[in-house]
Amino acid sequence: MAKDEFKEFKLVGTRPDRPDGLDKVTGRARYGADISAPGMLWGAVVRSPHAHARIVKIDASKALAMDGVKAVVTRADFPTGLTGDAWNLQENTMAGERALYDGHAVAAVAAISKTLAEDAARLVEVEYEILPHVTDVDEAMAEGAPVIREGAADATVPEGMHPNVVKYMEFGRGDIEAGFAEADLVKEHTFKTEAAHQGYIEPHACLGQLGEDGKGEMWVCTQGQWYIRKMCADVLGLDGAQLRVTPSEIGGGFGGKTTIFMEPLPLALSKKTGGRPVKIVMSRSEVLRATGPTASASMDVKIGMKKDGTITAGRAEFRMQGGAFPGAPVDMALYCAFAGYNVPNLEHVGYDVLANRPKCAAYRAPGSPMAAFAVESLVDELCRELGLDPLEVRMKNAVKSGDQASYGPKFGSIGLVETLEATVAHPNLQAELGPNQGRGVAVGYWFNHSGETSVSMAISEDGTAQVSVGTPDIGGSRASIALMTAETLGIPYEDVRVNVVETGALGVNEPTHGSRATFASGKAAVEAARQAIGEMCRRAAKEWGIEPEAVEWVDGAAQPAGPNAGEFPPMTIAEIAGKMGSTGGPISGHHESVPEGVGASFGAHVVDVEVDPETGRTTILRYLVVQDAGRAIHPAYVEGQYQGGAAQGIGWALNEEYIYDDQGRLQNPVFLDYRVPVASDLPMIDTVIVEVPNPGHPYGVRGVGETGITPPLPAIANAIQDAVGVRVRQLPISPPRLLAALKAKG
Amino acid sequence: MSKIHVTTKVNGDTVEFLADPRETLLDCLRDRLGLTGSKEGCGTGDCGACSVTLDGTLVCSCLVLGAEVQGREIGTIEGMGGDDTLHPLQRKFIEHAALQCGFCTPGFLVAGKALLEKNPNPTEEEVRYWLAGNLCRCTGYDKIVRAVMDAAAEMRGEAA
Ligand code: FES
Ligand code: FES
Repeated sequence: MAKDEFKEFKLVGTRPDRPDGLDKVTGRARYGADISAPGMLWGAVVRSPHAHARIVKIDASKALAMDGVKAVVTRADFPTGLTGDAWNLQENTMAGERALYDGHAVAAVAAISKTLAEDAARLVEVEYEILPHVTDVDEAMAEGAPVIREGAADATVPEGMHPNVVKYMEFGRGDIEAGFAEADLVKEHTFKTEAAHQGYIEPHACLGQLGEDGKGEMWVCTQGQWYIRKMCADVLGLDGAQLRVTPSEIGGGFGGKTTIFMEPLPLALSKKTGGRPVKIVMSRSEVLRATGPTASASMDVKIGMKKDGTITAGRAEFRMQGGAFPGAPVDMALYCAFAGYNVPNLEHVGYDVLANRPKCAAYRAPGSPMAAFAVESLVDELCRELGLDPLEVRMKNAVKSGDQASYGPKFGSIGLVETLEATVAHPNLQAELGPNQGRGVAVGYWFNHSGETSVSMAISEDGTAQVSVGTPDIGGSRASIALMTAETLGIPYEDVRVNVVETGALGVNEPTHGSRATFASGKAAVEAARQAIGEMCRRAAKEWGIEPEAVEWVDGAAQPAGPNAGEFPPMTIAEIAGKMGSTGGPISGHHESVPEGVGASFGAHVVDVEVDPETGRTTILRYLVVQDAGRAIHPAYVEGQYQGGAAQGIGWALNEEYIYDDQGRLQNPVFLDYRVPVASDLPMIDTVIVEVPNPGHPYGVRGVGETGITPPLPAIANAIQDAVGVRVRQLPISPPRLLAALKAKG
Repeated sequence: MSKIHVTTKVNGDTVEFLADPRETLLDCLRDRLGLTGSKEGCGTGDCGACSVTLDGTLVCSCLVLGAEVQGREIGTIEGMGGDDTLHPLQRKFIEHAALQCGFCTPGFLVAGKALLEKNPNPTEEEVRYWLAGNLCRCTGYDKIVRAVMDAAAEMRGEAA
């Protein structure tokens, strides 16, 4: 669909107040920790202080002897015989024979108050036999590294590799050697990124209740109530449908709340206390030590370029550890590595490696930021050496609609070229730079995602509409779904209420992840609204005594489709709804599918930095995000996604990292030391919303959440080189690291 | 451990509760008084999600003990607006889309109000430094800073 085929919309593209705004500025919105239940107990978790240790004995007798302590659970209380992912989840929820990382849960306690539960947890005596550990990805796959779990590797791993390598992949196209031979300049370097945490400000919280009969309920902050229902049911051996999961408001997730960490524990404790509700709220240090950060990566990249900027060949070999379990996003990283470039000759090799660290979880465009750091840094180095403009080189090699993507499939409609054109035209590129200041650019990519989606819509007796969606609203999706529903029905935005519902109310929905809520739930809501419109047209036709096909829906009312259909005044949605009881009963619409037509999204970032040569501190002077949204349903929240993604990327580039000591203990599990950007670290973040509509969505939506975290990592490294002439190939480029690089350069 | 009886004023109302001597003011507000608008993001004074005022001074309620507030006056997010009006900051946060998940929002609003009471005409830099104790992971702060500046302008009687 070309741009001009999109007619003007009344509501789509406007910026109304979000429907949940009032609750969220008054403190009324109820997040994970905000709910209590009658008879509720509090839970606390006992965690391993060791990176790798055999659990010799757990003695909870002292804890259980305390007045008010009601139950202790250990792995012995969980069902046995699980395999595959279910076993991984169970093992991560509660250690079995061995604690696999600093912070791994080994027991949990329920008591009548929070302080008592914490006191009791300290009295649970655990005897450990400390084992050798490894936390670095390269060390973990080197000969002699401690084996984290024998037999964890899948069939993709060639023989002879270290048992910590649990997945191996390679793919490519063309003739890589011939490609490098064609190039005028070939460069190859190793790049490293440290693990970063999603850093949502709301710690995980869960109120769970489970009876002897296997029926249970959960109130929990999660990105996906059905996903965690299945995971908890698997881990505890329950029937999925017997567990009713209500998602609370969610205080950020960024991928980290798509899975479970402690969520089965309130249920397990509840069952042991005769079904009393149990609440567990993680502390910040528990969040940092024991919930999914992203993977750390070590990456070799080799790229060949001609003098005119044409990229002739690329090779990426990525090694990633995602903790003591399989699942580092090395596949996604490789798919994204060269996604922006039309390169004929490519080779990708990837290793998913175990290490004694917490089980990684998705983090905004999982894998893509690391890949971009390596590839976009190296492209910049090539441009620099060949004296080429980095944006022109990206434009020259840019993929276009219909091109074969570096990872195989053909791109549908994409807007990389339009994104680059808008970037070049932006005034920030004309800003003057002073001494120790520099400019960096980089491009990022995310596939976007659809997934299982189920939505119901019902018309009320007064002609207003309610939409039930299964995707928790993290950043304004209620507003965008209400806009699209209202636009489709032809009614005011305020007449639509979007509810995020519990698992009992709809079929299975994938979480709010992969930038899918506005795309998939939005598309399903539009389909559901169209169904209801069809029914309302039928009701009007019946009353008028004409064929339903002779009725059309215009501006929230049924009307005869033309002069031949008959002369009747329009019948409004309120009139039709007002008499639905006598014209055939409730009017609703329902849609469930895995919506097709996902539209991928490219973004380009331009950053100006200033480096203090005395301290190595980098200040962001100006920041520009340009990204293809397809269509911005609520532009303010699209800008917000761009700005938030950029800020997270800036933190990852400059400050954030997991620091382990030689015992494998996390050294910075508090926000004071795991330092995310604060307001005084950042300038305003300029945004340009490019709109190359996605033909696969009724309003052109692509999904906007993820791409934005990807370009900042390399863009900042590139800007720092521009400012002070040193290339840093390891993140974060914290003041001590940059100062050392400046000193080494002399 | 025996509990301490505390009488204090929260948002103008006299309230009483029993505090474990180790419980923070934040715990007492949330779990004893049911005022869950103040949030715990860290418990160590690093995120500002628990911001309240204590006798008019902005504090992290996770760093104050519940037992310390005998006879004091506490202001929380729940008392920020009037009975049927929002504080200009609350309105401007909605208008500027200055919240995504909204978890940090109560803390920013309480801290922002304290700023504007001290300095009704802050520069962008002053806003950024004043709010540097409040973490937001969703917004990149851009729209938050704009909302605070705009609310300040409105409160000074200047047209936006
Ligand atoms: S919870 Fe008090 S500052 Fe974070
Ligand atoms: S809006 Fe989510 S932390 Fe600020």
